[in-house]
Amino acid sequence: MSDLILTPNLDNADDFYANLLAAHEGLEKPDSDALNARLVLVLANHIGDGTVLSDAIRAAALSKN
Amino acid sequence: MQHIGAFAWGEPMNKIFETPLYGYERSPDQDNPTPVRRKVIVIGAGPVGLAAAIDLAQQGIEVVVLDENDKVSFGSRAICFSQRTLEIADRLGCGRRLVDKGVLWDRGKVFFDDRQVYDFNLQPDEGYANPAFINLQQYHFEDYFVQRVRELQAEGAPIEIRGRNKVDAIGTHEDHVRLEVESPEGPYTVEAEWLLACDGATSPTRRMLGIDFEGRVFEDNFLIADVIMDADFPSERWFWFDPPFNRGQSALLHKQPDNVWRIDLQLGWDIDKEREKRPENVIPRLKAMLGDDVEFQLEWVSIYTFQCRRMESFRKGRVLFAGDSAHQVSPFGARGANSGLQDTDNLCWKLKLVLDGKAPESLLDSYNTERVHGADENIQKSSRSTDFITPKSEMSRVMRDAVLDLSEQYEFARPLVNSGRLSQPCTYDGSSLNSADALDGPACTRPGSACPDAPLGDEFLLPKLAGKFTLLTIDADAPDTLEEDGVEVTRLALSVKDDLTLALKRRYLGDATSAVYLIRPDQHVAARRDSYQENSFRHAIRRACGKE
Repeated sequence: MSDLILTPNLDNADDFYANLLAAHEGLEKPDSDALNARLVLVLANHIGDGTVLSDAIRAAALSKN
Repeated sequence: MQHIGAFAWGEPMNKIFETPLYGYERSPDQDNPTPVRRKVIVIGAGPVGLAAAIDLAQQGIEVVVLDENDKVSFGSRAICFSQRTLEIADRLGCGRRLVDKGVLWDRGKVFFDDRQVYDFNLQPDEGYANPAFINLQQYHFEDYFVQRVRELQAEGAPIEIRGRNKVDAIGTHEDHVRLEVESPEGPYTVEAEWLLACDGATSPTRRMLGIDFEGRVFEDNFLIADVIMDADFPSERWFWFDPPFNRGQSALLHKQPDNVWRIDLQLGWDIDKEREKRPENVIPRLKAMLGDDVEFQLEWVSIYTFQCRRMESFRKGRVLFAGDSAHQVSPFGARGANSGLQDTDNLCWKLKLVLDGKAPESLLDSYNTERVHGADENIQKSSRSTDFITPKSEMSRVMRDAVLDLSEQYEFARPLVNSGRLSQPCTYDGSSLNSADALDGPACTRPGSACPDAPLGDEFLLPKLAGKFTLLTIDADAPDTLEEDGVEVTRLALSVKDDLTLALKRRYLGDATSAVYLIRPDQHVAARRDSYQENSFRHAIRRACGKE
């Protein structure tokens, strides 16, 4: 069990971001939304830990607690 | 779930649901100058009411079932019965009949849009007398339960079903209930020490007592069609999300006995129900689904809507609510009739102890607490299935479709697909009848759990635990019988060597080397520890009977 990491942790932040944008390039909004949804699910499964995931959902909602 | 104007037509081969099974007969109660007081009256002869009546009669309690009808369920309705229901039915003397007639299945396919995304094999865990579930029309289920009532009557058990006896008014009193009953030969009055309302989702009892029933309404309509066909479809559960033949909606195909197939089509909210259930509109939909060349005959068609809700309390003085009258869920996951049988399983032994003066009336409040816990669990699970099957917002549909698209290629996404979760028995965690867990044993048998079955050579464990308090010892000593304040407990002495498959060890010992379990008459664990200690088990018995 580990805590949700909210400090910099990406191997290469700029590469990841460019990669993400490239995947969306040329997609219509519904297809982009679908891609994001699939990506969330793939990443969530990789993480697996329920506490980390609910902390992540809370962090993404930009709530204070 | 609520059926709106169900009907059958044509010449169905199965007319059982149109034949009176318990026709009206005049009761001596109708001629008595003063109202006769019965021990227990059950309103409703559906699966839940019949199970309650059989359970009570088997324990020697006088019971009268009143039903406004005189036939079994109209149409198939509930079709999926879980392992726990079959175990309860075994105790009621009906289990074998259900399993012999029912369709066993463990494979299924999931379709999305125009393609199959995956198939599955549930590969049930070994070592149980009963299958994980069977498919069986509700009318067969009720027919077998009525047969069991007839057997009990032949043995002289105090049980009676009065057909076409409609309760018109209920008066509640401190120590009894008074009923005004309408019969084909006019009204009469009868009293009961206890009343069990098993009269379904639209419960007239609930209405007559003015009790609220609030919850979440799902704005959707579903068309059920039971078709008879000699088709080659295997005994599998097929579920479609957004198929070409029912765009934007869902569909289900599932096999029942006698070549009857259940087809369930989501229709959406804003539809003309009368129009949709006409054969000229139903048949083209079914042809689009089954293929033009498949010959079929309609047995029964119904349009239903549903709500997820429960009563605040399942007990009101001397009136106890069980089954759909107390709680309603969506049909996904087969939690209606299955949870109703767990209600009566929980209730009847408590009522017996109270009637015998061996437990305080307050024991019945634990029926409310424990089964409200069960109802909340069922409402949560079936609401989640419904939210997956019928997404209520644009983003919930996007997420749902993402899960389905991923499931085609990646196994990880398949557990997220939710077309109904199989009904599992509820564990009464935190119940006041439980004693603190004093065994370092498996979680599946912690206090509050329904005992899992286990093989014992050619036999099985659960039939040995039926209907009485049992002290189950596994490689541990204990007295053969024990009595605490009028409540008798009988020992069942086992050893891990009695089950060479080691299921008994896995389910009841885990890493422990010995164990003693106190098991309630409904086969739920009340207490457990590694060895017998008289004092603690005497306390546990008192606690399980609501005396501490």
